[in-house]
Amino acid sequence: MKTAVIVFPGSNCDRDMAVALEQVTGKAPAMVWHRETALPDRTDFIALPGGFSYGDYLRSGAMAARSPILRAVSDAAGRGVPVLGVCNGFQVLTEAQLLPGALMRNAGLNFVCRTVPLTVENSQSLFTASYNAGETIDIPVAHHDGNYFADAETLDRIEGEGRVAFRYADGVNGSARDIAGVLNDAGNVLGMMPHPERAIDRAHGGTDGLRLFEAALGVLA
Amino acid sequence: MKVNVYVTLKPGVLDPQGKAIHHALEGLGFGGVSDVRAGRFIELDVADDTSDADLDAMCAKLLANTVIENYRIERP
Repeated sequence: MKTAVIVFPGSNCDRDMAVALEQVTGKAPAMVWHRETALPDRTDFIALPGGFSYGDYLRSGAMAARSPILRAVSDAAGRGVPVLGVCNGFQVLTEAQLLPGALMRNAGLNFVCRTVPLTVENSQSLFTASYNAGETIDIPVAHHDGNYFADAETLDRIEGEGRVAFRYADGVNGSARDIAGVLNDAGNVLGMMPHPERAIDRAHGGTDGLRLFEAALGVLA
Repeated sequence: MKVNVYVTLKPGVLDPQGKAIHHALEGLGFGGVSDVRAGRFIELDVADDTSDADLDAMCAKLLANTVIENYRIERP
């Protein structure tokens, strides 16, 4: 099992993500700098971490989505390699058009930083197979631009295809239909604003995030 | 050649920043404002022979996110 964490200038959850991946796989991930043009050979799982890549210049995730390593990430995603984007990573995946929609400024304009309840909408994906559909889990959020937007047609399509992985149980940021996490059509790319890597140890106050990594990495182990 | 690019939110896309600016204007006593939409203005200094197609591609590929934004290019 070889995992990789993509590191952009301004990433700040890359080490938390590395801890989560190492805890589950027993092996430290490769930390891959944004200027690289290739991933390590036989990378089985890619994580795009939270943070403020390129200082959120232009739009959150916009510059990172055009960085050299993203071409390699996009190619790997196309081959079916699982890609998890958390927070800024989710923004990067939408900007790179690996996921539909966009993440706009929170409806209340506030930075939201607290643990929130999520409803698991799809428990069949490789990332969510350890949850039960309809289950409520507690995962921290910390973002300013988490207000998910897509046109009504796109929202209907992704809902119909079971591509809404998680929904906020209570309104958090104004997201369309309270969407907190979205899968691509093949089901191997997940973007989510909440931080599962911040809920993997009892000392974090909860371990609901751990099961996401166990599902995604266990399937492949 | 100086080219101006105006990036604006598509109609129907909620604009929390525009709303906050609107409220602030009302707070300052400007009552006659019915709506505010905030966008982005970008100045490009490009070679004189830059084609319209290239300018359009710059906007579509980076300067605007066409999921939520429209753009307008103004060249001299």
